[in-house]
Amino acid sequence: MKFFKNLIKHPGRAVVIGVPFVWLTFAFLIPFLIVLRLSFADLDSGEGGPFGSLVTVADGVMTLKVKISNYLYILEDELYAITYLNSLKFAAITAALCLAIGYPFAYFMARARPAIRPVLLMLVMMPFWTSFLLRIYAWKGILANNGILNSFLLNLSVISEPLHLMNTQFSLIIGMVYAYLPFMILPLYANLVKMDVRFLEAAADLGATPWQTFWRITVPLSKSGIIAGTMLVFIPAVGEYVIPELLGGPETLMIGRQLWDEFFTNNDWPLASSVTVVVILLILVPMAIFNKYQADQEARK
Amino acid sequence: MTRFLHRWFGRGWLSMGYLFLYLPIVVLVVFSFNSSRQDMVWSGFSLQWYAALLNDQEIISGLGLSLRIALLTACGSVILGTFAAFVLDRYQRFSGRTLFTGMVSAPLVMPEVIIGLSLLLMLVSVQKMFGFPERGMMTIWLGHTLLGMAYATVVVQSRLREMNKSLEEAAMDLGCRPFQVFFLVTLPNIKQALGSAWLLTFTLSLDDVVLSAFLSGPGSSTMPIVIFSRARLGLDPRVNAVAALTILVVSIGVIASSLYIARAERQRSKQLAAAAKG
Repeated sequence: MKFFKNLIKHPGRAVVIGVPFVWLTFAFLIPFLIVLRLSFADLDSGEGGPFGSLVTVADGVMTLKVKISNYLYILEDELYAITYLNSLKFAAITAALCLAIGYPFAYFMARARPAIRPVLLMLVMMPFWTSFLLRIYAWKGILANNGILNSFLLNLSVISEPLHLMNTQFSLIIGMVYAYLPFMILPLYANLVKMDVRFLEAAADLGATPWQTFWRITVPLSKSGIIAGTMLVFIPAVGEYVIPELLGGPETLMIGRQLWDEFFTNNDWPLASSVTVVVILLILVPMAIFNKYQADQEARK
Repeated sequence: MTRFLHRWFGRGWLSMGYLFLYLPIVVLVVFSFNSSRQDMVWSGFSLQWYAALLNDQEIISGLGLSLRIALLTACGSVILGTFAAFVLDRYQRFSGRTLFTGMVSAPLVMPEVIIGLSLLLMLVSVQKMFGFPERGMMTIWLGHTLLGMAYATVVVQSRLREMNKSLEEAAMDLGCRPFQVFFLVTLPNIKQALGSAWLLTFTLSLDDVVLSAFLSGPGSSTMPIVIFSRARLGLDPRVNAVAALTILVVSIGVIASSLYIARAERQRSKQLAAAAKG
């Protein structure tokens, strides 16, 4: 009731809220409800196939047919657990390597002369504007058996026969680190460049070695940048599809690719929907908890 | 001595980092001029892959479609994103705000495969019920705009938050109606953010392959879909030629825009100096 009263009292406000709200409801909420509903459906059940109604009325009796075997199947089949854990593993390795490479990188960028910092920053962002797909494709040419890296190493006689690098865990991780490194560098740089140098001077004056200053002052002060960068890398890496498809191999199963295959190759839409629901729960619920935890911490401050 | 080491270690680390970031780009460009089809063995300079590109109908029509979708996506995302950012920044309390906030930011963290899959399933059910829409340009636009809106909202919202609100209050006191305040005061203040949101969502759409693959129909392959399907099969020097051309266009754009910004900045400081004097 209050809703309608507000609608009449502030029509402008209602329109401003209403436009994006209605759009999101149709483009986002309803699709997810359809996925949820479909995940309980049968692939070849009677009329309408999986899109047929779950509720049927026959002889005056209303029956609600909910099929949970898709979910049971996901629980029973080891493949899904392995794929999911694999996705987490590769995303974690990617995030860790991005941090290891990106932190010193951002640190030295932030300590460079102020005049050249904008140039350094622009050089990190430039690859963003060139197609992600094309840059991943380029790694195929570098890492292939007769690719650039192998011919380079062969010419130097470091190796006597080409290394098999493509479609392995190695090529997958190289591609992921490459694609996500700027997402780690940018928040870290933003954080480190703002850091008050007087803290570092004070630590040095009090007798800390540069190494101690770094670990006990710089790193703790940049905690929020580290968390932001890690989340920015980890979250999209879990569901990544393009990189595992182009650079990964048979042993690098990841959940995005699994979903794609379930949907396009096996055409099992109900099962794909169930996997989607499970992935959403497994990714989003921990994230929501993490966000709430962060908000609580902020509030306490 | 330690200072010296520190400096050279820093320079070395930065150089290695940039080498890593730019190596694939250099490789793409260099091998677009390779004369042989033999993957990744240099055998002489040639422009044949650029010539081949001119006759490659699949890529040319894909590029046309991609550009049209990107244009529409950028406009749609910026408009919807501005609405959403305005709501998030100005209306702290309304029924459904939590749901609204969640729906705006969820596409940022959701794997694209999941967004694509659920949109496709919705389109299929709508099709079953009403007999339309056919999958094609508009359905791809729908997906891209959903994602683009989330990014545009973040960009516009951060600018709205920083904006000096007393300007709007002053306009209001002077008798502006709310929509006049928005178009005469708020919009000019956030126009830079709108510009960067537009560019961001344009590139996002031009580059997207996962959503497009789910939402495209027969005969509506965007350029990334064409490139992706070739890249899956192996190496194709025509793809390198596309990459080199993209990089050329982007570099010109970036250099031009930074020159433009630098000039605007110089003029501004000149004006400021003149104002201080006069």
